[in-house]
Amino acid sequence: MTATGPATVPVTAALALGDDALVLSHRLGEWAGHAPVLEEEVALANIALDLLGQARVLLSLAGDEDELAYLREERAFRNLQLVEQPNGDFAHTIARQLYFSTYQHLLHAELAAGDGPFAPLAAKAVKEVAYHRDHAEQWTLRLGDGTETSHERMRRACAALWRFTGEMFQPVEGLDVDWAALESRWLESVTEVLGRATLSLPEGPRTGAWSAGAGRQGIHTESFGRMLAEMQHLHRSHPGASW
Amino acid sequence: MATAAAQRTARPQADGATAGDPAEYQRVFDAAVAADERIEPRDWMPDAYRATLVRQIAQHAHSEIIGMQPEANWITRAPSLRRKAILMAKVQDEAGHGLYLYSAAETLGTGRDELLDKLHSGRQKYSSIFNYPTLTWADVGAIGWLVDGAAITNQVPLCRCSYGPYARAMVRICKEESFHQRQGYELLLALSKGTPEQHAMAQDAVDRWWWPSLMMFGPPDDESQHSAQSMAWKIKRHSNDELRQRFVDICVPQAESLGLTLPDPDLTWNEERGHYDFGAIDWSEFRDVLKGNGPCNEQRLTQRRRAHDEGAWVREAAAAYAAKHTGGTGTTGHDTTGAERA
Repeated sequence: MTATGPATVPVTAALALGDDALVLSHRLGEWAGHAPVLEEEVALANIALDLLGQARVLLSLAGDEDELAYLREERAFRNLQLVEQPNGDFAHTIARQLYFSTYQHLLHAELAAGDGPFAPLAAKAVKEVAYHRDHAEQWTLRLGDGTETSHERMRRACAALWRFTGEMFQPVEGLDVDWAALESRWLESVTEVLGRATLSLPEGPRTGAWSAGAGRQGIHTESFGRMLAEMQHLHRSHPGASW
Repeated sequence: MATAAAQRTARPQADGATAGDPAEYQRVFDAAVAADERIEPRDWMPDAYRATLVRQIAQHAHSEIIGMQPEANWITRAPSLRRKAILMAKVQDEAGHGLYLYSAAETLGTGRDELLDKLHSGRQKYSSIFNYPTLTWADVGAIGWLVDGAAITNQVPLCRCSYGPYARAMVRICKEESFHQRQGYELLLALSKGTPEQHAMAQDAVDRWWWPSLMMFGPPDDESQHSAQSMAWKIKRHSNDELRQRFVDICVPQAESLGLTLPDPDLTWNEERGHYDFGAIDWSEFRDVLKGNGPCNEQRLTQRRRAHDEGAWVREAAAAYAAKHTGGTGTTGHDTTGAERA
């Protein structure tokens, strides 16, 4: 579908940022009732809610939030492949949070400092994301520098998601960002946190033929279609209904 | 309201010298309860009072935690982003309520780990209502309106319960629960006034949740084991049947304004009593569900145990990290409770 927002808002960028938040929020919502400790039920739901709030503002800039969330098909979503990755074990969820929240925090800080159309939104979001980033870092430390089992699980999780991290720095049309600088700050931060967690930066490529900016082009991984089927099923079953 | 310290009965403390006269301890306790004062964690209290409170508060906490499941079942399928946000916030609140209540139970000398063990091994129960499945989106609304409505009817009097930490937890919880109940009502209203399919979905949900909600008030007064003692201790303020009647009286006009019917052909206004008369509850179903044979008993406990078991390595990691870096025993608030035990 073609969404048209206010003339001043670059729709491509609103969709990219909005879809990231929407999809990651959904994944975190899947944890409800399954977390390893009650405090994490609260924390993961809290982060999911923050992200959903961001998604609603961003998608509303691009069009109708519910039409965009519930009536687009897989190929029209512009989120990163990283955020659609299944939760896996707690270490996979935390590794995904570490990679993404570090990126999102740096990105929003830069957007908030500028005078583009996303500055006001980013100024609010950056405060929430600072908390998400702290949460991810604290758990990376506990898991990496906890027991042998948790260290190994965290190492594997960081390695498994590593190949999805390159696409975060593919330029997004409509966002005035120094992507190369963002990437080097991200690498520096993640290296530092992993180091403190007694882990090292994973080896291997950060991009591949299917992951270099592919999510932003609507090329997704297999589990994403199933996630959307679940998310959209009820809404699509009652065309035109309000809820 | 809490009595000012100066006006409080002078009371022996739970950890005080055991040399005192037990009859005198009991007399002071009884006087404090009679004067509507709050019993606090360090006060002496009868063992049976402590045990009853531990059982009730723990089961209340367990209900919040198990109660997350039927609603969380719909988070990933919520039909609009607004509804999804409301539902996520609600499930998050329930985890928070569980945490308050476990803390209140811990003031009585037990620990969260111990209570969770009892839940997982089936030695402590949770509210029977959460053994029913959420089959459609409208069930989320029916749970908000009826289940939270019944919970509030039960819990508002607990804000005046004689045990201070429980009463204070209930004040906080009831505020949030009332909000959830209004949201559930509003969700059902949107469905009831929506398409014919949505209306039918709402009616079907209310038909399935009405009787189980009435069972939330517990067995009839003449079969309720703990009622008389709990009322004497002012843990409980009203009988099961009184609260159930109050709930029915509140729901009937609300159902009318929702444009939905309640599935009870015997429901009629009784002018003489000034209350609604209602049909007989199927207590055999209630007993069956309590015994573990409800539609979801197995599933709910299995999921809870699995979350706990699969999370063990995470809790161990947090404890190991804390031991290395702070010399503490854990950072989850979870492993420190042993030190608090009386």
